Amino acid sequence: MKSPTAPTGTPPAANPPRRCTTLSGVPVEALYTAASLPPDFDFDRDVGRPGEPPYVRGIHPTMYRERLWTMRQFSGFASPEQTNERYRYLLSQGQTGLSVAFDLPTLMGYDSDHAMSEGEVGKCGVAIDSLEDMETLFRGIPLAEITTSMTINSPAAAIWAMFLVAAEKQGADWTRLSGTLQNDILKEYIAQKEFLFPPAPSMRLVVDTIEFGAQQAPRFNPVSISGYHIREAGSTALQELAFTLRDGMEYVEWSLRRGLAVDDFAPRLSFFFNAHSDFFEEIAKYRAARKLWRAVMTARYGAKNPRSTALRFHTQTAGVSLTAQQPYINVARVALQALAAVLGGTQSLHTNSLDEALALPTEAAATIALRTQQIIAHETGVTNTVDPLGGSYFLESMTLDMERGAREYFDRIDALGGMVAAVEKGFPQREIADAAYRYQQALETGEKVMVGVNAFVAEEAALPTLYIDESVRRRQSEKLRALRRRRDAAAAERALDALRRAAEGDANTMPALLDCVRAYCTLGEITAALRAVFGAYEEAAVM
Amino acid sequence: MTENARKIRVLVAKPGLDGHDRGAKVVARALRDAGMEVVYTGLRQTPEMIASAALQEDVDCIGLSILSGAHNAIVPRVMELLRAAGMNDVLVVVGGIVPPEDAAMLSREGVGAVFPPGSSLEAITAYIRSHVRPAPAAP
Repeated sequence: MKSPTAPTGTPPAANPPRRCTTLSGVPVEALYTAASLPPDFDFDRDVGRPGEPPYVRGIHPTMYRERLWTMRQFSGFASPEQTNERYRYLLSQGQTGLSVAFDLPTLMGYDSDHAMSEGEVGKCGVAIDSLEDMETLFRGIPLAEITTSMTINSPAAAIWAMFLVAAEKQGADWTRLSGTLQNDILKEYIAQKEFLFPPAPSMRLVVDTIEFGAQQAPRFNPVSISGYHIREAGSTALQELAFTLRDGMEYVEWSLRRGLAVDDFAPRLSFFFNAHSDFFEEIAKYRAARKLWRAVMTARYGAKNPRSTALRFHTQTAGVSLTAQQPYINVARVALQALAAVLGGTQSLHTNSLDEALALPTEAAATIALRTQQIIAHETGVTNTVDPLGGSYFLESMTLDMERGAREYFDRIDALGGMVAAVEKGFPQREIADAAYRYQQALETGEKVMVGVNAFVAEEAALPTLYIDESVRRRQSEKLRALRRRRDAAAAERALDALRRAAEGDANTMPALLDCVRAYCTLGEITAALRAVFGAYEEAAVM
Repeated sequence: MTENARKIRVLVAKPGLDGHDRGAKVVARALRDAGMEVVYTGLRQTPEMIASAALQEDVDCIGLSILSGAHNAIVPRVMELLRAAGMNDVLVVVGGIVPPEDAAMLSREGVGAVFPPGSSLEAITAYIRSHVRPAPAAP
């Protein structure tokens, strides 16, 4: 790597004193003291002890002294065969959980041989077209003994059905399966935009999985309520916190309307946050999230089971913070972001690879990312005591500010009629787009610095990256043709008919989805059947 | 730009299945703030939809935002449709994650520039200003 001998761009001047703000633009004082906290601040009441309400300091009394977070690297590319190899490699290197990245056609419910899939198959993740692919993906990996997370949203119920049947074929009992389905459709409308159906039928599918999970797969998290994508789309830390928790409340409210009892499903709701570069702002966000969730679950929804009120979360370091320029310096960014997640009490963690801004990770880059977590866990000593930052005037003050700001957003969204209504009115979308534009302007003026981009710029040789060619689409298409020839066509058609009928009625769609999967209906056929009943959603293009 | 000169018209389009529209929207706003007329197509536009919108809106420049790796399938098709519709003089720029060897191919296809992650809004705006076809004389 060439050293940046001639930095270009101007880092902020030290004199006169610069205006200090967090990455999200929140002003920060020069010094925090006891006087920075409210007069009625009571540490025992407002912060308390780890493992006890209000859970600010963590949801377990001993945290990482007893058990480290799960090192769960999000991974998937090309064919199920190639991704299966990568999973076995990562597990052999000490990774402790799996996390499946699907390609865009799968995320959008298209088969690999659909016209819309051209150029996209296997590019952003693994291509899964049918149960056959799901079985290949986990070949030789005992699903009952490992926890598996799946990043899938609009077609989540169908993909989960494939997972459940693949596990069943391995001989695994559904009641023993642990893992997480992302299945958070609200943040798709808000931020990531991978939606198929309109909000109401989409919410119904989510509640179907929540209800089915509570009855048949009680150790599986049916929804991972995600702020990650909201943040990546350009939100502030506060918006990430507020919109994510309000999304969670929306799922609770729709489940209650289905007639479920809060303590029957709420313990299985889990969260997923971003770990961005502003160290203390991120830690305050996680601490405030736990406090807020505990408060709304008890006060607003009457949860009695402490597990309904203890917010568990996965964290991923901020992809958007990583640079294509001087990519090796991303290792330092990821390490600091991961440290914030750990000091914030995360339950599992994905560390991004240094080539994140260029391509899906090479094996070498993915290994460094995993090793970064192992260094934090085993070398830095931060796991020796619980919540080592608790009691910091700055951090406690920031945690209170986050809590207050999130409550203000809750009120605004409630006034709009809830999160589905707010999404339909474009409220969170506009808030995020405005924040993204403000941040980009701060970068343009040099008010915010991104090393290697607007300061300390240097030329550097290109990095070797993973390249996925078009052969994946050809191979997947061939497998699909063979599958359609081999399967019992009448049985597949009957299963799809039954799914359409279930979707038209009020019954839970999971049993019909499982029957479709067992009959080897493809993902594209299943989503087409649902689309025929639910219709397709298109958002109004807003700049 | 004189008061009478026609504003530069830009179509910002998001082809393919990818829904990550932060970059497209930020660039669209920046071009608008820089005095251009910007039409944003929204998500999941096919090459046919993009070419037809470009023709209808009579744009001087098309900005394609692609982060999914599908550029090799999408961009040449857009270029072919533009040529077929006689829009050879429309400037096409691409923003997103494009490996260098692919960027070279896109340039051979007639793409003016590829802006990788981290490109400044100022650089994008300046490039479009200096590379669009000469604006028609004002009435």
